[in-house]
Amino acid sequence: MRTGPFLREGVCLRFDIRGKICYNRLSLYRRDVSIDLRSAFFKGTAHGIPIALGYFSVSFGFGILAVRAGLSVGEAAAISVTNLTSAGQAAGVDVIASGGTLLEMALVQLTINLRYALMGLSLTQKLDDSFTLPHRFLASYGITDEIFAVCSAQKDKLTPPYMYGMILIATLGWVLGTVLGAAAGRLLPESISDAMGIVLYGMFLAIIIPPSRKSRSVLFAVAAAALLSILMRYVFTAVSGGFAIILCAVIAAAAAAWLFPVKEEGAA
Amino acid sequence: MSVAVYIAVMALVTYLIRVVPMTCLRRPIRSRFLRSFLYYIPYAVLSAMTIPAIFYSTGSLLTACAGTAVALVLAFFDLPLIVVALAASLAAYLMHFLV
Repeated sequence: MRTGPFLREGVCLRFDIRGKICYNRLSLYRRDVSIDLRSAFFKGTAHGIPIALGYFSVSFGFGILAVRAGLSVGEAAAISVTNLTSAGQAAGVDVIASGGTLLEMALVQLTINLRYALMGLSLTQKLDDSFTLPHRFLASYGITDEIFAVCSAQKDKLTPPYMYGMILIATLGWVLGTVLGAAAGRLLPESISDAMGIVLYGMFLAIIIPPSRKSRSVLFAVAAAALLSILMRYVFTAVSGGFAIILCAVIAAAAAAWLFPVKEEGAA
Repeated sequence: MSVAVYIAVMALVTYLIRVVPMTCLRRPIRSRFLRSFLYYIPYAVLSAMTIPAIFYSTGSLLTACAGTAVALVLAFFDLPLIVVALAASLAAYLMHFLV
């Protein structure tokens, strides 16, 4: 650093005499911190690259799904920018396509995305002191399954620039994939766009199958929800798609919670 | 109803879910039932969303079944999300030519 050790000593001296943080010390620290912030941002970006690549291919599928449901490329992109969530967006498009009510839309989003509340709760325990209220408001935007998973796996406390770096690149991948999927969905041959329709569901299976294999209680929740969902689809057809998902998920999760309460604190 | 209104409601609800715990609650939930419920919710939601909808996702029951079968097997062996998702799509695509 250009200032060298001299200023450091001087600053330390003044700090010792006064017994509190003086201006010079603060300015020196600001320089250090700005370097730390930049490297933290790039570290977050680097950790976010695999997430962004994954998001790109999944949101490509979402883009196709959205256009097939009758939305425009711009609308699909707007949904991806403002929501940044796969399952919620796919269900939201269903509600729009079927002309559901706004209440249904709100309840569908609430049920499907409720897990983010739990993740947010868990993340608050890992936030650095520099995570002031405005930073919390900003970083909340980027709580997704994958970002939560990577952030939780960090040993250090989470800083705002680290999370911003990760959220930025992940969002970029998510929105870019959506736009290209929505735009190409019309250009692609039908056989390919038909086949792409399964991408998101394939990812959902990849999320629920491995834990179902390891845990009987998760398997119970998954199987119960699937059975109820089939019942809703073919027997109780009066219940609309969005509400059917809510009912199935809430009943299955409540039954699982009642039969198999989780032991560990924050086991999510 | 305008699509923009739907999108605004979607975005607002989703953001509120994320922002409220991050800004307001500083301690973990105590209720064991509620914690368990929140733990199982994502799995239950994804399962209800996937089944039976996955069978109608490709416009043909047969290609969808091929994709689902491949996804189930690969997911069972814990392959990465993207691999499972794209392989399911590829299987559905290939099945299209066999039908």
